[in-house]
Amino acid sequence: MSGVFDAVIIGAGPAGMAAGAVMAERGARVLVLDEQAAPGGQIYRGIEAMPAARVAAMGADYAAGAALVARFRASGAEYRPGAMVWQVVPGEEGHEVWFSIAGKSRCVVGKSVLVAAGAMERPVPVPGWTLPGVMGAGAVQVLLKAGIGAERLVIAGAGPLVLLLAAQCLALGVRPLAVLDTTPAGNFAAALPLLPGAVRGRGLGYLWKGLLLQARLRFGGVRVVRVTDVVLEGAEAVRAVSFRAGGQVQRIEADIVALHEGVIPAQQMTRALGCAHKWDEGQRCFRPVLDGFGNTSVHGVLVAGDGGGIGGARAAAQAGVVAGAEMLRRAGRVDGVGRDAVAGPALRDLAAEVAVRPFLDRLFRPAGLPGDEVVVCRCEEVTAGDIRAAAAQGAQGPNQAKAFLRTGMGACQGRICGPMVSEIMAGARGVSMDEIGYYRIRAPLKPITVGELAAAGDDGDD
Amino acid sequence: MFRRFDAASVAFTFEGMPVMAAAGETVAAALLAAGVRSVRTTAVSGSARAPWCMMGVCFDCLVEIDGVANRQGCMVVVSPGMVVRRQVGAKDLG
Ligand SMILES: Cc1cc2nc3c(=O)[nH]c(=O)nc-3n(C[C@H](O)[C@H](O)[C@H](O)COP(=O)(O)OP(=O)(O)OC[C@H]3O[C@@H](n4cnc5c(N)ncnc54)[C@H](O)[C@@H]3O)c2cc1C
Ligand code: FES
Repeated sequence: MSGVFDAVIIGAGPAGMAAGAVMAERGARVLVLDEQAAPGGQIYRGIEAMPAARVAAMGADYAAGAALVARFRASGAEYRPGAMVWQVVPGEEGHEVWFSIAGKSRCVVGKSVLVAAGAMERPVPVPGWTLPGVMGAGAVQVLLKAGIGAERLVIAGAGPLVLLLAAQCLALGVRPLAVLDTTPAGNFAAALPLLPGAVRGRGLGYLWKGLLLQARLRFGGVRVVRVTDVVLEGAEAVRAVSFRAGGQVQRIEADIVALHEGVIPAQQMTRALGCAHKWDEGQRCFRPVLDGFGNTSVHGVLVAGDGGGIGGARAAAQAGVVAGAEMLRRAGRVDGVGRDAVAGPALRDLAAEVAVRPFLDRLFRPAGLPGDEVVVCRCEEVTAGDIRAAAAQGAQGPNQAKAFLRTGMGACQGRICGPMVSEIMAGARGVSMDEIGYYRIRAPLKPITVGELAAAGDDGDD
Repeated sequence: MFRRFDAASVAFTFEGMPVMAAAGETVAAALLAAGVRSVRTTAVSGSARAPWCMMGVCFDCLVEIDGVANRQGCMVVVSPGMVVRRQVGAKDLG
């Protein structure tokens, strides 16, 4: 695994797999690192190990991943599962990528580095969301993909994953007690003007799929209710979810409650690398600034997939091909004309694929910021009110709030609270998101032991 | 709470109690499937926590595995005989 790679790719989701495959198929030396035990990323998680009948129950979009995983496996790209990347050091000659496998750290060098680290679920700060039994809808789906179904489950949220998860649970024989649709009332009207743009690309297919999922849930006897004011109740663990529907407060007892408000780019790595980021008002998230080929503001560091802005699995794979083409050029394997020949078809598909996004983003835009009593920083148990108070006392931005309150200094290193703290502070101070900015992120991206740090060295043993 | 679709064949322990996991399953998934509600308590208020994201983001699944604290249960695959313990409060890195 030593020597200089044409590219080191971080993440074996659709973006990383497609980039790795397109490069390796053209003779490039590529290394793909992923923290998970198998390729697939978030969407195609567990697909190689899952029995065929269950793959079918997960739906056609999931099943489609098998072909990409097989192509990636056959491409000749080197792939290391269980490899957690904790630092990337950009350099003139090449970029160092430091990663840990089973408690042992190594370093490899790539002429280019592709960050294909994907998305995370947008945190859903509602009262009681820290109770055991309350999880992200994506987390419940992760368990489903591992062959574990949630029983006595209520799904509460907004976004495509809400209906998809409910339908997947139903198809696998664990029918959710209810789906609570929290999409804010005015969103549909606000999204309507964006509909023509959506159907111009592949939007019709997505809209049709949404209707189909709703029909399937109704047919399967799953109650779908429009609600507001979701509150989780319980002491040691969640026992019930209460909400307002049709002007009344209602309550459903549940063992597991899945919350969801869409996904946002995972910024930790691109932030630590010092890549420029910009606030995307449509998607309500920060995203790294990219050119048309996935290049960030840091020379030789590229981003593809949902880590660069939410586009979904197919868009991620296409962006992976585009970035792969650019990295072939950077490695001297093709010239500019050759790059464009590889990237061209993928760029066209990508444009058709993301045409639906502005509509979906507006339709599922989250309601607003949490009330003062709600915990925002799960690690240090800091509330939205604490952050507003810090802003009132003169904290200028997230990094000062950190010093005041220890927000972002806990185990998750600000991954969960970061997006909310920036939004709350921007709201409290009346300044823009780009002005308020984000936490300064430093390596190691995940805690590694002092012993491992000391023993870390070049990779020479295999 | 949670139901397994497949048989579990890998034996490990949580707080000294025997737990079964499916091959390739993560510690957090196996504990949830076994009916464990909470895997740790917080440092600040001591309140109970359980996995929130299952994908390595939130660190609410932190447990002690084979004597090493602060392991992300959702990212570590169970191996036979693993000794897993609840993490109480904050732990320093060794
Ligand atoms: C929990 C969850 C569930 C989702 N489910 C669906 C779904 O069912 N259908 C759908 O259409 N979309 C789903 N999405 C949206 C999803 O983000 C995209 O559709 C698609 O997975 C994006 O592909 P990607 O290649 O950009 O990133 P991902 O598929 O997220 O892949 C990123 C990979 O990078 C790895 N990684 C990240 N950081 C590191 C690191 N430091 N070191 C090593 N490896 C690292 C991760 O382990 C992961 O495998 C889901 C998103 C989330 C967060
Ligand atoms: S459950 Fe979130 S990091 Fe493990």
